[in-house]
Amino acid sequence: MPLTNDIIQCKLTERFGDQLTGFEQPYGMLTFVAPKDLNLKVMQFLNDDETLKFRFLTDLTAVHYPDRKGEELAVVYHMHNLEDNIRLRFKVFTDIQQPDVFTATALFSAAGWMERESYDFFGINFVGHPNLKRILNVEEMDYFPLRKEYPLEDQTRIDKDDEMFGRGGHIGN
Amino acid sequence: MARPVRFNVHAEADVKLVKEGPEGYMGEGFFTTSLDKVVGLGRSNSMWPLPFATSCCGIEFMATMASTYDFARFGAERVGFSPRQCDLLMVMGTIAKKMGPVLKEVYLQMAEPRWVMAVGACASSGGIFDTYSVLQGIDQIIPVDVYVPGCPPRPEAIIDGFMKVQELVHNRESVRRRNGERYKELMESYGIQ
Ligand code: SF4
Repeated sequence: MPLTNDIIQCKLTERFGDQLTGFEQPYGMLTFVAPKDLNLKVMQFLNDDETLKFRFLTDLTAVHYPDRKGEELAVVYHMHNLEDNIRLRFKVFTDIQQPDVFTATALFSAAGWMERESYDFFGINFVGHPNLKRILNVEEMDYFPLRKEYPLEDQTRIDKDDEMFGRGGHIGN
Repeated sequence: MARPVRFNVHAEADVKLVKEGPEGYMGEGFFTTSLDKVVGLGRSNSMWPLPFATSCCGIEFMATMASTYDFARFGAERVGFSPRQCDLLMVMGTIAKKMGPVLKEVYLQMAEPRWVMAVGACASSGGIFDTYSVLQGIDQIIPVDVYVPGCPPRPEAIIDGFMKVQELVHNRESVRRRNGERYKELMESYGIQ
């Protein structure tokens, strides 16, 4: 019997009970939310289980939701079962005041690069990462540029014409 | 039908292959002028550009080098890829902040006299990329002689910019630019020896 999202969801609920929430399937891709302390356990289970076999970490990234108080930062994992060609995605949320999430580097070496990137842009502190420092931005940068409190453009500049550069609130009003 | 071949035999067009010579005193079989004029003439007609092309503007430069626009007409066909050999650093494209030190290093490796041309909005001011990762104009790290506007500039504009550099080299500079007071001041403001 081919593996389906429903089977995966059943297996996960069997193992973790109601700790996993928010199951949905946007565009057919199983998505759920895990508590942040369980991220490695979920991953390990997805990896080890004989029917699930999610043994490939496709992507690891982060999102900043400034309005979700107490869980502003999300870390998103994309995993792939290469045999049945099924993907899934799960998220863990963390407080921006203490953005500690366990590192996945022990399970997937590929996580090393992507966790450094998520640290670089969102400041997520991957506990246990062997070399957590900036990877793409200049080393002397002292903030995390993709957090929403930092405007994309420098609002104080006057040497660039606002009409040409889309600033000054002309779009849509 | 064979294509008709036309030759410019009647020289109606005002074509001059060589620039007019510098001011000086001429007699039969000799010509005297000042050394800096001769040197300036020589330099301006044999610039060796170093293309530092990082993005779309670089493509425009490739068109400029190719046969239609034929950069070689200006004595600049010898594109060098070693900063030690080149006189003109042409920065074409978006320079990320992380690239900044590399660009500066390339500039420092060039021997005097050296000129810099910022081609395109990105190199001149950061262009549309007003963001955390892009250097807002290469003049934040190295001095620039000529800016070419456009996103990207047409090859004509690049050629125009190049002719401005030639003009600088030919007419506005003394033989040893690095001894000039203004130049020294400029270098100092960038912290370059
Ligand atoms: S100025 Fe425009 S064309 Fe040139 S590098 Fe920047 S974005 Fe590309």
